[in-house]
Amino acid sequence: MLRLPRLRYLRPASPREAAAMAAELGPRSALVAGGTDLLPKLKRRQMDPDTLVGLSHLDLLRTVRGDAAGGFELGALVTLREAATEPALGAALPGYAEAANLVSSPPLRNVGTIGGNLCVDTRCNYYDMTYEWRRSIGFCMKKDGDICLVAPSSPRCWAVSSSDTAPLAIALGATVVLAGPDGERELPVAALYRDDGIDYLAKRPYEVVTALRLPPAAGTHTAYVKLRRRGSIDFPIAGAGVALRLSGGTVESARIVLSGVGSHPVEATAADAFLAGRELTPEVVTAAAELAAKPAKPLDNADLAHFWRKRMVRVVVEQAIAKAAARGGCVREST
Amino acid sequence: MLNELDRPVQREVLSLEVNGEDHHVLVAVHATLLEVLREDLGLTGTKHGCELGECGTCTVLVDGRPELSCLLLPVQLEGRKITTVEGLGSTAELHPLQQAFAELGAAQCGYCTPGMLLAASALLQERPRPGRDEIREALAGNLCRCTGYAKIVEAVELAARRTAR
Amino acid sequence: MSRPAGRLDVVGQPLPRVDAATKVTGVAVYADDIVLPRMLHCRILRSPHPHARILSVDASAARRIPGVSAVLTGQDLPVRFGIMPVSQDERALEFEKVRYVGDPVAAVAAVDEETAAAALDAIRVEYEVLEAVTSIEDGLREPKDEPIHDRAHTRRPFNVHRQLAYDFGDVDAGFARADHIREDVFFYQGSTHLPMEQHSAVATFVDGRLTLWSSTQVVHYVHRALARVLELPLNRIRVIGAAHGGGFGGKTDPFAHEIVVSKLAMVTGRPVKCTLTREEVFYTHRGRHPVLMWIRTGVTRDGRITAMHYRSALDGGAYGSYGPASVFYTGTLQTTTYDIPAYRFESVRVFTNKAPCGPKRGHGTPQGRFGIELHLDKIAEELGLDPVEMKRRNFVRPFTRAVNWLRITSCGLEECADRVLTASDYRRRERRPGRGMGFAISSYMSGAGTAIYWNEMAHSEVQLKVDRTGVTAYCGAMEIGQGSDHVLATVVAEELGIEPREVRLVTADTDTTPVDLGSYSSRVTFMAGNAALQAARRMRDLLVEAVAEKMGVHGDLSEIEVGGGRIGDLTFEEACVLGTTRFGALSTSGSYRPPRIGGPFKGSGVGPSPAYSYSACVIDLDADARTGLIDVRRVWIAHDVGRAINPLLVVGQVEGSVYMALGEALMEEQAYRNGRHRWPTMLEYKSPTFLDMPEIETFIVETVDPEGPYGAKEAGQGPLLPVMPALVAAVHDALGVWVDEVPVTPEKVLRALEARTRGGAPRYGPRAFPAFDFGERIQVEPPDPRDLRVGDELEEAFRGA
Repeated sequence: MLRLPRLRYLRPASPREAAAMAAELGPRSALVAGGTDLLPKLKRRQMDPDTLVGLSHLDLLRTVRGDAAGGFELGALVTLREAATEPALGAALPGYAEAANLVSSPPLRNVGTIGGNLCVDTRCNYYDMTYEWRRSIGFCMKKDGDICLVAPSSPRCWAVSSSDTAPLAIALGATVVLAGPDGERELPVAALYRDDGIDYLAKRPYEVVTALRLPPAAGTHTAYVKLRRRGSIDFPIAGAGVALRLSGGTVESARIVLSGVGSHPVEATAADAFLAGRELTPEVVTAAAELAAKPAKPLDNADLAHFWRKRMVRVVVEQAIAKAAARGGCVREST
Repeated sequence: MLNELDRPVQREVLSLEVNGEDHHVLVAVHATLLEVLREDLGLTGTKHGCELGECGTCTVLVDGRPELSCLLLPVQLEGRKITTVEGLGSTAELHPLQQAFAELGAAQCGYCTPGMLLAASALLQERPRPGRDEIREALAGNLCRCTGYAKIVEAVELAARRTAR
Repeated sequence: MSRPAGRLDVVGQPLPRVDAATKVTGVAVYADDIVLPRMLHCRILRSPHPHARILSVDASAARRIPGVSAVLTGQDLPVRFGIMPVSQDERALEFEKVRYVGDPVAAVAAVDEETAAAALDAIRVEYEVLEAVTSIEDGLREPKDEPIHDRAHTRRPFNVHRQLAYDFGDVDAGFARADHIREDVFFYQGSTHLPMEQHSAVATFVDGRLTLWSSTQVVHYVHRALARVLELPLNRIRVIGAAHGGGFGGKTDPFAHEIVVSKLAMVTGRPVKCTLTREEVFYTHRGRHPVLMWIRTGVTRDGRITAMHYRSALDGGAYGSYGPASVFYTGTLQTTTYDIPAYRFESVRVFTNKAPCGPKRGHGTPQGRFGIELHLDKIAEELGLDPVEMKRRNFVRPFTRAVNWLRITSCGLEECADRVLTASDYRRRERRPGRGMGFAISSYMSGAGTAIYWNEMAHSEVQLKVDRTGVTAYCGAMEIGQGSDHVLATVVAEELGIEPREVRLVTADTDTTPVDLGSYSSRVTFMAGNAALQAARRMRDLLVEAVAEKMGVHGDLSEIEVGGGRIGDLTFEEACVLGTTRFGALSTSGSYRPPRIGGPFKGSGVGPSPAYSYSACVIDLDADARTGLIDVRRVWIAHDVGRAINPLLVVGQVEGSVYMALGEALMEEQAYRNGRHRWPTMLEYKSPTFLDMPEIETFIVETVDPEGPYGAKEAGQGPLLPVMPALVAAVHDALGVWVDEVPVTPEKVLRALEARTRGGAPRYGPRAFPAFDFGERIQVEPPDPRDLRVGDELEEAFRGA
């Protein structure tokens, strides 16, 4: 049986105390809420903290507050299942709810948290393997080694951002609340990520995500489309989150953010700009999807052939735009 | 990975409610619920297939919700109600789902069965008469290699018909 | 005696299996659930290199770790073993060289798994890395460094493990007679069993006697391997099959961990357990061989086969395993579905530096089946014939003998085809781009006609005991989830007129049960069933005799009815007491040994079976030309099981086969990168979830085989076979392109479509079969197709000739 390494477990009284503990211990510590991302990585010895700073007992972080008109605030410990099934949230922001509902599998959504999913480690099938496997093939730069095995001549790590919920959070202009030892700060989710497979979060390692704030959603139509091999369990190999504001059949504004195609959630700004002011004809959707797919750089470190994944980015973007548009009452023939 | 044995072990006495019984156990905090159930409490009905959250075999109920015991830390579970297959029913008195699984051949090798039963029982608690697609969605985190899932779906339907009135 | 002819009371009833309650309550004790006092935990150190010489192993630091009881290295277990007598090429722990990533090198027993793992980390192994051979093509070439196995060991060039070449009948004349000849190349990717339960074994050594509990499919073969490697007499070893969490062929070899825990128990005097990690299960493998195939067939204008030339090359991985049989199975059963009047069969298995391949559900036959079905579809397309009609014209007939001497008895092929074609409305299917249906058939053995090691003993033996408390059946057969316990209980219950759950069972325990060869090659229902039938009829005779005497019936005992829990005027319980009073505790035994079937040539032992099951399948799917994604809507499958001893279990086997087949057809892949498994995890090795399975409509066809118990044949493997080719045929029906290999991933569909757009052949798949000299072909005179002689009659005929 795969087992965890020996660990200490701390129970801070508040997010701020958690941050202080984590700051003091530095890389020896890891913050843990649901644990669905962290514990497998510890079992595979992909990181080696000796202390877990527990968050799951902090009741403050468990609630969904707000409404469509005023925006929602989700405590970071809200489970993915709760986010997927909260009626008001699902009615106002169906794209966010469906993204939460597409993460992994039902038992993991009962435990995995929305905060954890935003911070989910970047993935690579040269990295998400046991210690013995990685030693056999030669360690990579993300842990214990100094080269990138998927792109050996590259100076950087190409592990893939695999959060299903980050695209919508970014597309909606959401912010996260971060607790540090000395107080809180608010950061746009868009600014939470860095384009680096190793150092993929822009927050300080000890900062605790305490809440996700989704701005007022009236008039915004959302959708998330996820591509994965199987109907369940799998991480995204391409995902598209779309937030549209429509005026009749015309786009007022659009934000398209991709998952699973780079080391950070990739904002398709060229497509956003292209869509603004245009009528959503099938041709426009196709052209926008084409633009959105351009920055996607799948490599041979996730499921299925990367040439195919690159092509499929267009498809998931088209589907997500069409779905969001349909939710906005703009029904077009599916492309 | 070297020198793991040099690290100290933090042990705590925890009160865990499993199948309605209170257990006070001294556990290492890095032992998962799966290990504590099987190795400390002797509840070997909970099986394991990967220990990484990828197969669903070790599913138990925590406060009535299916969760994966291989990724749960008992230190986080004090005050929660844990249910394993041993708490669902017994050979003397089968739970309706167990009865239906037995009657329809939904258990072949039986190794995924405890997890399937618990996930299905949570579904029926929430939706007494689920549709086929709802059953498939609810059990989609649990892999089975024997049955092709068909008989499992039928067994959940049968149990639902018998219990929902 | 006893009851109206043809009346069956419990056979054919959809009763809950006798072990159901223990499995749905978590009570069943699997090997990893076993905990014994003072038990130690074992972990195994495995090679990180695909191919390397071991220069030194230093375990001194590991031995010094507190809590470590023993460390074994290769020198402690030097005797080689292997499932096939001709392929004794494995060691429990290697000390000379390693041949794949995962090859066992050292083992530790310690107070807990954590300590054992730390001890593994402290073992220093010095390797000299050798060039790895990782493909069929490389295996057929001269290696850069050295062959994977000693030349002395294989006696063949380079890395060739086994090769064969046969001409059955006049093949050249057959091709000369053909109006049309076509060649195709196919590739079948390897896949693994992925049982939900990891392999696990627990050993004790007490008073000079070894006991091993294991999640094995074959206690008898494990028993023999332990005796050989541990150099203990068989009578001091006991192997017990624990409750079994799934095999599918993956637990059919004796394994290093079983030998290692035994040796550790002997060395430490304490119980020792080893449960593999999921990653180790991927390395232990013995799964589907990757196979490259080339097929050339001659047909008449109306599609009748005149001759076939079939070549296969198997990527065997690092060890022999069942390979000497697998190499035959890729081609041998082609003749049991289609009437092939002349057949040339050439095959080669190479060693490569990958996890060893072996038997996975269908053992070697799914690859050949995939090739032949699609090849015939293509011939039909080329001739402008309906592929279904053309296949039907070539169906074998019941009670005939094939050109390679395989004897066909009951055969429900026509009915199976009718059932699925009618139910799916195949002929009136919707014809539009993106929607398609495919049809394929198959056949499989009801147990191999010859044992793994040559002997004249029975393949299955059953003993029954009746005492004053009731009846107990003893049999070495191993319940692996397929329902073998239920079949045994049902057969005994039927004959004694009671319910299956009233039969106590002792199975798969080499101390207490007579030998059954185990759960592989779909043999248990047929062989253990026949043995149980014989034992039970003998027991029934004894009980009837006692009852008749009491009732004052003399002479014709047929008026003593057996059934409904009664024997004549007595209840079964009373009859047991009476019988015991009359004779003492009663025991009877039954046994089954298949008759000789194979022809008069070397190698004729692989392929014969006392009966073949038949299946037919139609698949309906959507295939998207833009994305290459396939959505299987529905599967219709009909299976000729001879007689369903329990229809519930038969349907379960059929549905499970379809599931495993769809996994292979669409996603499962034991794939490597530089000799290392790409993804030995359940997340990245894709197996279908609930949401990936279509509805399956199953039809049971009963042809009542003359030699099967109550007419029963196999159900566990055959229904897997037609699914993969039917899927590819359906994709072709939908999009007009062929994907000539599995798994059919979306990028392969797109590449086939692109090939067509570029004006090339509308297909994706291998282009050529490597050049290889298969050597001189063995010429075999074909039998008279009406000659059904077997056993002594056949032997005499050969001696006379």
